[in-house]
Amino acid sequence: MTAAAISARNLRKVYPGSPDVVALADASIDIQDNEFFTLLGPSGCGKTTLLRMIAGFEHPTSGTLTMHGEDLTNLPPYKRPVNTVFQSYALFPHLTVAQNIGFGLEMLGKPKDEIKKTVGEMMELVKMSQMADRQTGQISGGQQQRVALARALAPRPKVLLLDEPLSALDFKLRKDMQLELKRLQTETGITFIFVTHDQEEALTMSDRIAVMSAGTIRQIGGPRDIYDRPAERFVADFIGDTNFVPAQIAANTGNDAQVTLSSGKTVTAKMPEGAALTGKVTLAVRPEHASIGAEAAGLLPGRLSEIVYFGTDTHFHVALDDGTGFVVRSQNRPNETLPFSTGDRISVDFAPGVGQVLRD
Amino acid sequence: MTDSAPPASYATVAEKRASRVRWMLLAPALAVLLFAASGPLLITLVYSMLTPADYGGVIWEPTGDAWFNVFMQRDIFDDTLSWSSAHLSIFWRSVKLSLMTTVGCIIFGFPTAYFIATRPKQQRDMWMLLIIIPFWTNILIRTFAVVELIRNEGTINTLLMWTGLIDEPIQILFTEFSILVGMIYVYLPLMVLPLYASMERLDFSLVEAGYDLYATRMKVLRRIILPLVKPGVIAGSILVFVPSLGAYVTPRVMGGGNQLMIGNLIELQFGQGRNWPLGAALSITLLAIVMVALMAYVRTAGKEGPGHG
Ligand SMILES: Nc1ncnc2c1ncn2[C@@H]1O[C@H](COP(=O)(O)OP(=O)(O)O)[C@@H](O)[C@H]1O
Ligand SMILES: [Mg+2]
Repeated sequence: MTAAAISARNLRKVYPGSPDVVALADASIDIQDNEFFTLLGPSGCGKTTLLRMIAGFEHPTSGTLTMHGEDLTNLPPYKRPVNTVFQSYALFPHLTVAQNIGFGLEMLGKPKDEIKKTVGEMMELVKMSQMADRQTGQISGGQQQRVALARALAPRPKVLLLDEPLSALDFKLRKDMQLELKRLQTETGITFIFVTHDQEEALTMSDRIAVMSAGTIRQIGGPRDIYDRPAERFVADFIGDTNFVPAQIAANTGNDAQVTLSSGKTVTAKMPEGAALTGKVTLAVRPEHASIGAEAAGLLPGRLSEIVYFGTDTHFHVALDDGTGFVVRSQNRPNETLPFSTGDRISVDFAPGVGQVLRD
Repeated sequence: MTDSAPPASYATVAEKRASRVRWMLLAPALAVLLFAASGPLLITLVYSMLTPADYGGVIWEPTGDAWFNVFMQRDIFDDTLSWSSAHLSIFWRSVKLSLMTTVGCIIFGFPTAYFIATRPKQQRDMWMLLIIIPFWTNILIRTFAVVELIRNEGTINTLLMWTGLIDEPIQILFTEFSILVGMIYVYLPLMVLPLYASMERLDFSLVEAGYDLYATRMKVLRRIILPLVKPGVIAGSILVFVPSLGAYVTPRVMGGGNQLMIGNLIELQFGQGRNWPLGAALSITLLAIVMVALMAYVRTAGKEGPGHG
């Protein structure tokens, strides 16, 4: 296998102050060529810091950063084949749309006709051909976004960094741009490293996702891995909605385990990779993976406390007998009459292998 | 139709009152314009066309002598006419030194303003204060502080001789160079203030975007920072150039009386020279030079289109 496009080893960044801020705590990550890779995490978890280190704007306190096996540490930003789409776009206000897009190529000393040709192609690619001579202050937010994208893509970087590029756009535009970005990534074949705090955005667009929290990387995997097999409570909680069910390991068979629930019933659950867990654990169950039924039929008995209608689906809030809450989500069908009403004694059920044991 | 327009007289009364209020509000501004700007200028213009009295002041006899003397001189022996080389060389020195002062202030002021603008927010006011405090000090005192540094027995020469780098003091004081040093020092805050104001507003993510797009430090400076802070450079240049051209304290002290600038020449006519009309004519000439220079500067600086700064 060839060396990763970007490889970080124990990357650490401390901003001195009182007290010091550890923005990145020994993060290790490998990003392959041609990947749409997303850094996902709550605000302040160090996503921008990691991105800025790859771009060359910040120096690592310790650790190494390589690109295709070459050390990046002492390479200034203007020598790295990496371009950034800034969160604020950072378009040059004194230049036109076309001049902005051509800036990188011009700095690289490309011949004039080549610059002109590439700028034309790029404007075509982001559908901004009509706006070539506009000042950047005279175009809308969505258009500025496209120009910023074209400007960063024009020099054909090996890696494109995008720091929450869609966060300033309204909902509809954001949805369009998500698809657009994905298309651009496939068409250009450039490695994208995309930063967001929006889990849905990450799930929709990425080939792989790194979930970050407090300067550390908690889990790396494809969208399905991350959603279906969260390794720990933070990940399960941050991505999508999750029910946390207290349980006890009865038998551990490696990939799977038999767990006993508070009701005394036993069910098969998935184990996190490489974790030798015993005793009390927490089980994560997605609301859409559970169902409700007659009191004696299911795994966890309780009382139906609330029914919330959402159009596409209905949420059943259940007060379990062990004192915890549980939400079941079920898709609505036409002409359906609900078999239960608020206050009924019922039970929550889920199939073997649906629950995920968490490493706390 | 039952409702009709109010009677004509009614409207006129309201209009009259409105116009009276307008004039009253304008009065202070008009007074300032009349008494502080146009008035003195008019007096100067009139004086420049009168005959000098023996002990200063003017005699009300119109003559073009003063204006003649600004530019021309008549040989005292054979009455031949020639350009007034003494005056012209003083004009030339003034323009030259003022331009050099302006350029010098940009060279020293730009990095200074950039340094301050890139400090953490809570430190910037302190740095600006350090720039402004000298400005609150009397100009004579500031000028003599520079004299103390560069005179033959001053700090710099003493240090250089003590280290053995030179055997005899270097003559810096009383040269054009010393005038330049003094003026740059005195007028530097006038450059730093507007430069800082425009740099503080500069979005430094644009600088990062420049580096990101393969621009070296020089390229970022020329292609991004300079065009964006150009208004500050223009404002600073005007603020420095205009008073430099009319300066007389600094050239007097640093030039020792043998390197005159226009300001000194004018001062001389109203003092020892006792030739008020000539002084007045010279003042108007100075004003004309300033206006021509400013128009030329603003035109060229403003014409450079975006992206070519
Ligand atoms: N220049 C800086 N100086 C001091 N602390 C900083 C600086 N930049 C970021 N931080 C801190 O580092 C942490 C991570 O920041 P950042 O990487 O911007 O997070 P994110 O992009 O995930 O929101 C935060 O606690 C932030 O306050
Ligand atoms: Mg951020």
